[in-house]
Amino acid sequence: MELTKAEISHIANLARLELSEKEAGKFSEQISSILGYVKKLQEVDLSKIEPTSSVAGISNVLRDDKVEACDKKTMDDLIKMAPENENGLVKVKAVFE
Amino acid sequence: MSVIARSDRKERRSNPPKRREKEGDCHAPTKRSGLAMTKSMDLKNLTIKKTQEGLFSKEFSAVELAKECFREIEKEKDLNAFLALNKDGALVQAEIIDKKIASGEILEKLDGIPVAIKDNILVKDIISTSGSKILENYVAPYDATVIQKLKESGAIILGKTNMDEFAMGSSTENSAFGPTKNSRNRECVPGGSSGGSAVAVAADLSVAALGSDTGGSVRQPASFCGVVGFKPTYGAVSRYGLMAMASSLDQIGPITKTVEDAENIFNVIKGKDKFDSTSVDNERAKIIAEKFSGKKNLKDLKIGIPKEYFISGMDSEVEKNIKSKISELEKRGAKIKAVSLPHTDYALAVYYIIMPAEVSANLARYDGIRYGAREKSAKNLLETYFKTRAKNFGDEPKRRIMLGTYVLSSGYYDAYYLQAQKMRTLIQEDFKKVFTEVDCLITPTTPTTAFKIGEKIDDPLTMYLNDIFTVSANVAGIPAISLPCGEAHGVPVGIQVMGQWFGEEVLFKVAREILGES
Repeated sequence: MELTKAEISHIANLARLELSEKEAGKFSEQISSILGYVKKLQEVDLSKIEPTSSVAGISNVLRDDKVEACDKKTMDDLIKMAPENENGLVKVKAVFE
Repeated sequence: MSVIARSDRKERRSNPPKRREKEGDCHAPTKRSGLAMTKSMDLKNLTIKKTQEGLFSKEFSAVELAKECFREIEKEKDLNAFLALNKDGALVQAEIIDKKIASGEILEKLDGIPVAIKDNILVKDIISTSGSKILENYVAPYDATVIQKLKESGAIILGKTNMDEFAMGSSTENSAFGPTKNSRNRECVPGGSSGGSAVAVAADLSVAALGSDTGGSVRQPASFCGVVGFKPTYGAVSRYGLMAMASSLDQIGPITKTVEDAENIFNVIKGKDKFDSTSVDNERAKIIAEKFSGKKNLKDLKIGIPKEYFISGMDSEVEKNIKSKISELEKRGAKIKAVSLPHTDYALAVYYIIMPAEVSANLARYDGIRYGAREKSAKNLLETYFKTRAKNFGDEPKRRIMLGTYVLSSGYYDAYYLQAQKMRTLIQEDFKKVFTEVDCLITPTTPTTAFKIGEKIDDPLTMYLNDIFTVSANVAGIPAISLPCGEAHGVPVGIQVMGQWFGEEVLFKVAREILGES
C-alpha cells in the first residue's frame, strides 16, 4: 500500500494539519509502511461476521436533550480558558472574509 | 496551587543534573533538617498497608511522608518522571489526615497514601498537558471521577507524571517535555505511555500511581520498570476526566508495588459513573462475570498458555523466565493447559486501525479555539486550525490522526475500519471460547525487555510491535495485569495474566500466587 505525497497532503488537509513538503515525504513513507502491515486483515474473509463496537454489549445510552443551567463562575472559568476572549465571549478570527 | 511552570520545565530539560555514580546512592540517608525521620521512613518498602501501619503507629505523619516523597522527587529530577507537582495541595490533604489520626478516627482505604497521576487524567487546578505542547498551559477545571474517588478515600495527590504525547507511544520518548528515564537503567526507556507513573513507583518516589492503558500503556511500562501494572475490564472504571485517545479501548489502571495495592486502588476507583455512559454497574458486571467460573484456590484453577504468545523473534531470556514461572505454578498445584487463540496474529493490525480512527476523531477538539495553544499568526479561522495543530502536535499524534483520517475516509472505510471491527468480533470469540476451558491466561507482557533511549524512535512500525502481547486485552475488553518476573539483560521482565470479563477477583488471586503474596 503506497500513499503518494499528494494523497498525504489531501489527508492532512482533511485533518486540518499543515504539512511541509519534507514532512509529507516522511509521513507518506511511514504511513505506507503501517498500512502495509495492517492490510493483512484484508486476506481474511469476514463477510459473514458482525462488527463489534461495545465489548460490554452496551449501546445507545441516551439522556434527555435539555439545557442545564450553569453558574456564573463556572461559565467565566471556562471562557477564560480560551486563548483569546473578550466581554465573556470566545474570540476567534473572522469566519467569513 | 503549586505547579511547575513552563520555564521550570525547560530549565530542567536543558540542565539535567549529573547522573549518580552508584545505584546504592538512591536511598542513602541525606541530611534532614527540622524533621526527625526514623528508619522506618524508607520509601522503598512502603506499600499501602505498611504506610497506613506507619501512620497509625505514629512512626511518621502523613505530612512527613508527603514531604519525603517531594524530597525524593527533587533528588531524582534526572529521571524526568514528573511534569507538575502538587506540593501545597498535597500538604493540605496530608494535614487533614494527620488530624484524623490524632483524633482517633477510623482511616479510609487510602488515607495518607501518596499517589502520582498520569498527566492525561484531570486533577482540578493543576496543569494537565497530556505530554503535549498544545496543552502546555492548560489548567484542569475539574477532577476526573477517579481523582474524586481517590481524594474521597484520602489519597494524597503528589503530582502529574510524564507520558507519551496523548498516550501515544511505548517509550515515553514522545513527550513534548523530554523522555523519562528507566530508574533500573538510565540509558533505557521506561516503556510507555505511562512511563512517568511506572518510574514514580519503581524509583520509590510515590507509593502508587495511576496510568491509562489503551493498548498496553500501563502494563508495558510496569513490565519495563519491574512493578505491577493493571488494566481493568473495559467499563469497570470511569473514563470521565481522562483525555480521550481511543474511547473504545482506553481504561485507567493502577501501577503499584504489590498486587494487593493494585486491588485496593481498583476497588476505590471502579464503578458505574453517570458521566461515562460506557461504565458498567456492579449488577451487570456480576452477571457477565458469572458466565465464567470463579474458582478461588490455586489447585482448582486452570491456567491457559496460549501458544500464539510464544513466537519466534521473542527474546529467549524473557521466554525462559516466563516458562520457569509457569512450571513453578504447576509444581505448586495449578493445572496448566496449552490453549490457542487463533486470531492473535491479527490483533495488532486491528488495533492500529481502530485506535487511530478514534484518535482522529478525539483529537479534533484541539483546534486552538476553546482551550490550549493557539497560533496567533494565522490570518483566518481555517489557518488557525492548520497552524495551531501543525505547530503544537508532535509527529506521533500527527501520524495517527492522518492514519485514522485515511482509514475512515470514503472508499477505504469498508476495507479498513469495518474489516477491523469484524476481526475484533473474532478476537473476542477466541477469548470467550478459551475461557470455557481455562480460568485465566499467562503470557509474557512484552517480547523484549526495556530498549535504549533513541533506539526505535525513528521507526514507528518497530515501536508498535512492542504492543503485540498487550493489545488483545484492549481489543477484547478483558482485564490484564503485568507482574515483575525476574530480570534479563540486567533489566526487569514482566509476566502478564489475562482474565475473564469482570473476573478481576480470579485475576488478582493468580497474580498474588505469582508474586508470592499471601
